Amino acid sequence: MANKIPRVPVREQDPLVRATNFDEVCYGYNWEEASLEATRCLNCKNPRCVAACPVNINIPEFIHHITEGDLRAAADTIHKDSSLPSICGRVCPQESQCEGSCVLGIKGEPVAIGKLERFVGDWALEHADEEDAPHIEPNGHRVAVVGSGPAGLACASDLAKLGYQVDVFEALHKLGGVLVYGIPEFRLPKERVVAREIEAVKRLGVKFENDVIIGRTMTIDSLLDEEGYDAVFVGSGAGLPRFMGIEGENLNGVLSANEFLTRVNLMGAWNPEKSDTPVYVGRKVVVVGGGNVAMDAVRTAKRLGAEAVIVYRRGEAELPARKEEVHHAKEEGIVFRMLTNPTRILGNENGWVTGINCVEMELGEPDASGRRSPQEKAGSDFTIDCDVVIMALGTSPNPLIASTTDGLNINRRGCIEANDMGVTSREGVFAGGDAVTGAATVILAMGAGRKGAKAIDEYIKSKR
Amino acid sequence: MFKIVEKRKLAENIYEMKIAAERVARAAQPGQFVIVRVNEGGERIPLTIADYDAEAGTVTIVTQTIGLSTRKICALEAGDALADFAGPLGRPSEFVHMPLEELKSRKYLFVAGGVGTAPVYPQVKWLHEHGVQCDVIIGAKSKGMLIYIDEMSKVGNVHIATDDGTEGYKGMVTGLMKELVEVEKRSYDECVCIGPMIMMKFVCLTTKTWGLQTTVSLNALMVDGTGMCGACRVSVGGKTLFTCVDGPEFDGHQVDFDEAMRRQSMYRNQEKSAESKPEHQCNCYGK
Repeated sequence: MANKIPRVPVREQDPLVRATNFDEVCYGYNWEEASLEATRCLNCKNPRCVAACPVNINIPEFIHHITEGDLRAAADTIHKDSSLPSICGRVCPQESQCEGSCVLGIKGEPVAIGKLERFVGDWALEHADEEDAPHIEPNGHRVAVVGSGPAGLACASDLAKLGYQVDVFEALHKLGGVLVYGIPEFRLPKERVVAREIEAVKRLGVKFENDVIIGRTMTIDSLLDEEGYDAVFVGSGAGLPRFMGIEGENLNGVLSANEFLTRVNLMGAWNPEKSDTPVYVGRKVVVVGGGNVAMDAVRTAKRLGAEAVIVYRRGEAELPARKEEVHHAKEEGIVFRMLTNPTRILGNENGWVTGINCVEMELGEPDASGRRSPQEKAGSDFTIDCDVVIMALGTSPNPLIASTTDGLNINRRGCIEANDMGVTSREGVFAGGDAVTGAATVILAMGAGRKGAKAIDEYIKSKR
Repeated sequence: MFKIVEKRKLAENIYEMKIAAERVARAAQPGQFVIVRVNEGGERIPLTIADYDAEAGTVTIVTQTIGLSTRKICALEAGDALADFAGPLGRPSEFVHMPLEELKSRKYLFVAGGVGTAPVYPQVKWLHEHGVQCDVIIGAKSKGMLIYIDEMSKVGNVHIATDDGTEGYKGMVTGLMKELVEVEKRSYDECVCIGPMIMMKFVCLTTKTWGLQTTVSLNALMVDGTGMCGACRVSVGGKTLFTCVDGPEFDGHQVDFDEAMRRQSMYRNQEKSAESKPEHQCNCYGK
């Protein structure tokens, strides 16, 4: 029978301090805290957390290894199903996955599975050098992976473990995809975590090449026909940022969350001493949207010194962002304007943003998706003064690969058509992650990368 | 890293560099551009492709020092290397996909302004190689600022205009265009214009009066250049398009140039504060 201790709180940077820096918000558990928290797990016979994990990590088993003090075994357990525990422990929406299904959560607080995963993942990264370099017998087959984000990394590392020679092509100058350009440093440290996870993939023999845009520098066709790859996995991620289509969106000072975060994260504009890339926040920033990207953008704007406001057309219960991010954002002094929808962006005579016109909304009946759809309250127009408007409304697929690859079908939303195993309409071409699903989560992309690797292995074996 | 194989000065503050970039060289087509990052910490900036040699594995870029990043690039010498050189990006010029028979019957007028002459060159050269001879107007402030005259003369019929009359026609390119079309009665099927935004705007206003289809190549601000950030959006015929994936070439008569020029200046204040000693205040928007 488990003990009755409450969930071990995790140490975090003071909200007022962290709202002025880019250091990681959450310090994570130390050994003592992790060991204590691990004892809370009931080790259920029928663990609902495992079923709720998109990649079905054997959660009770790795937690049990923590209670035994055997972190190597805990890491091995996680690694059977996940390539990126340090990352997923930080960015997964645990409250709607593993922790959301934890039996302890019915009457009290669920086991802090995410924090424990992060603890084990970080331990494994720090002790990676002690691991013997794995000896993998090459099988003589070559696979190209498009994109070095979570889907590509997971696919590449699984294939490398099976003996494939894997070359990953990345369009940008840094590896990691959304982990590097999208998710901010204060949520996911780039050097300490992302770069080390990529190092681990490199140790498996995977080769990376930057500055190669598949669809332009080379095509899928040329990878298969000229470069001699046996198969290609497309994990090229989400694409073009969406805008609302309202008046004033092309004013100076209106930008997509992708642009804002890319300037700050990928280009390092948060640190002007080291970066030539400019970023502008003005005195007040309004971020439109309620997802994780909106939270990342608004908290980044705050850290750059602006007063930062979220505008979202539904209510707080409908916010798609992780609860933890919303909680952290509020602690940091972000203003949330719920049930508010922009109708027009206002500008001055020089074409710069001066404010945003909004209307108040109220929630109607639940729609097909089960969410209550917002409706305008008549006569509720009002203006929020601001210098910058950031649109965090999701993305629509990048057409580059689909438009340059013969026989690769896309669905009506423009995403690459692939089945659950990543098999596309084109022989030898597999796909997964946001390129297939549209903007989703790191864990789902990673899961899709692993399924793609399995399907590629089966495909190549069937051809032998 | 991408090595600079050759460097030469074309005019004051304008340099040509040949970069070893095998994959880009093999894939490049007229109308496309590259994203260059000079070093760690450098900006990603779009530069048009001035020439490419698939066999030698080199791509030529022409850069004018107009800001911090272009100055850093131009300060490099042959033997140095650029941190990143990604491309080719954007869609190739439309004529690349045209049936050759149709193409051969078409008459093109190219109008190049300042450093925009460089990206016009691979287009005229490509057409020349496919049996299409074009008229090319090259404009600059004065004789010393003209570039690519010799190269262009080998592949097209060059007409020169300088603002001060130190070479060729005295006046703006639009004046010389009127000479050719209204006085000499030359007729064209399409005008392709690349140069400073303000010049492209006025060329389009001129060709619109003739009903002459005009293609322009926009040099919008970009960050990734691959269709991710949306910084390069431009209004074309009332629709918002992305220069990096939908362009960089658009129907010039549909482009909202005033908005495009305003958007181009979005970071100018910050750029200025980042520059320790601005030595050259240029009022044109170099490619």
